[in-house]
Amino acid sequence: MSKRVVLEASHAVAEAVRMADVDIVAAYPITPQTHIPERLAEMVADGDLDAAYVPVESEHSAMSCVLGSAAVGARSFTTTASQGLVLMHEALYIASSHRYPIVMAICNRALSAPINIWCDHSDVMACRDTGWIQVFCQNNQESFDMTLWAFRVGEDPDVMFPVMVNLDGFILSHVTEPLILPDQDDVSRFIPEYHYRLALDPAKPTSHGCFGLPDIYTEVKYSQELALRKSRSVIDKGWKEFSNIFGREYKAVETYKAEGASTLLVTMGSLGETAKMVIDERRANGEAVGHLNLRLWRPFPFDEFRDAVKDVKTLAVLDRCYSFGGPGGPVASELRSALYNQETRPHVVGFIGGIGGREVDAQAFGYMIDRANEITEKGSDDLYEPLLVRGLESGTGVRG
Amino acid sequence: MLEVLFHGRGGQGAVTAANLLVAAALKDGHRGVQAFPLFGSERRGAPVKAFARISDTDVDLRSQIYNPDIVVVVDPGLLQLVDVTAGLKAESVLILNTTHPPGDFEFSKQFRVATVDAAAIAISHKLLVGGIPIINTPILGAIPRVTELVSIESVENAIKDQWKGEAGERNAHAAREAYEKTEVNR
Repeated sequence: MSKRVVLEASHAVAEAVRMADVDIVAAYPITPQTHIPERLAEMVADGDLDAAYVPVESEHSAMSCVLGSAAVGARSFTTTASQGLVLMHEALYIASSHRYPIVMAICNRALSAPINIWCDHSDVMACRDTGWIQVFCQNNQESFDMTLWAFRVGEDPDVMFPVMVNLDGFILSHVTEPLILPDQDDVSRFIPEYHYRLALDPAKPTSHGCFGLPDIYTEVKYSQELALRKSRSVIDKGWKEFSNIFGREYKAVETYKAEGASTLLVTMGSLGETAKMVIDERRANGEAVGHLNLRLWRPFPFDEFRDAVKDVKTLAVLDRCYSFGGPGGPVASELRSALYNQETRPHVVGFIGGIGGREVDAQAFGYMIDRANEITEKGSDDLYEPLLVRGLESGTGVRG
Repeated sequence: MLEVLFHGRGGQGAVTAANLLVAAALKDGHRGVQAFPLFGSERRGAPVKAFARISDTDVDLRSQIYNPDIVVVVDPGLLQLVDVTAGLKAESVLILNTTHPPGDFEFSKQFRVATVDAAAIAISHKLLVGGIPIINTPILGAIPRVTELVSIESVENAIKDQWKGEAGERNAHAAREAYEKTEVNR
């Protein structure tokens, strides 16, 4: 029987990892991710999870450890945030290039300096091109659900890629709220037993981590690129199966009250729920506004995104990360790029805010809608507009 | 929607108190509940805020609480450091862990104030960690005295869910005693 409980998002992720029956957890604690490895270590110590728990000495070791366990075909989980994720960086590419379906929960947090433990998306955006499947969560239920889904999709023989499950540090990781925990039988049905065909085995030798000379490297990378793009069909199939078993529906691009909307607020992660409250208020006033939640960041859902915005005039996009000296926040830049060759396309107005734990409240979303509409009407040479900077007059943009 | 703000210090259990409060509220049939902390730089003894929202519909708001209905001050020493009345509405209530009655506080002229000596109750129930009284479970008992949205029975049950056996019983008894001993000025 499924049951409705209150759980902290971190504990919900740990519970999903337990129900997925992982073989190994290797992790190094870092704020705000600490409660995930802490709870998993407890589960292993108490005998509630039959897995190896490896308390490694750094995040680089955590990733290296699960690379090894994944190579022998063990279902492998790790989790980190911020500086820990960037310390892992070089090993992240090995996971995706070796096609190891490691699952990693990231409690998104700002990067130093100055040192800051609170939420933004700088950590995961630094990993954008590592070849991992990357998905974002809006609440505790989604954090649980996406963790289960990550094992199902990553380990699919037609995918075999590692998956990052992003949940906002503190704003989700430390929030206690209700969620539905499913029945173990349903979880076991959703995530079948994992058999890795190319597992390291002395009885059936294979080589992992070979040298790639110029005469093969190009082909290897091209095939990796094709494979990640091709995983889209399994990603969607995974959500479809999830909905059939558990009843909750997820999509790569999710819209809210977007029917007939001329302006859409675009968010990734937990701020989507606050944005929707603002949409409710504006809709009640008769304004044609809606919300677009970008759940899937890699592989980027081009078709769904273009389809969702084809009749829209303005996109007000919130980025929680700087791309210093670049064209604006990474999300707004990519959306613009995805639309550039379309015959009709909305005006993309980028905002960068919610950095290092700065709150983005309903009022800020209201401002974004109004300002983006104004820019669509009057035009602007700005690349983007920084949000909620003390001492900066609102409406001050950044130019190239 | 009921919004509760806890002022405590790192290590005193304000965050756990917020979590237990919403677990109790869920037991009382409120569909939308949410609890979360706000840390400064994390260290034992630093001022910490924890928040709880209780609603009969899903809670989608994820910002901090600026205009609380109930403020719970776990550590009386914070009264000198923090303006605990900041953002209060006319009908808001303050719950204080203190040896003083409500009338001893200047702000009791303006606001409803509930007081309870939660530290003494913690000591009498042997709720001590490293010799320091743990007041988060007793002070939770004061909340059902100022709102009908959460019952003392659910607070006791949420505590007993969190700590099994004798520890849970002792904490639940402390909450019950605080519930009975809380003084409210009006």
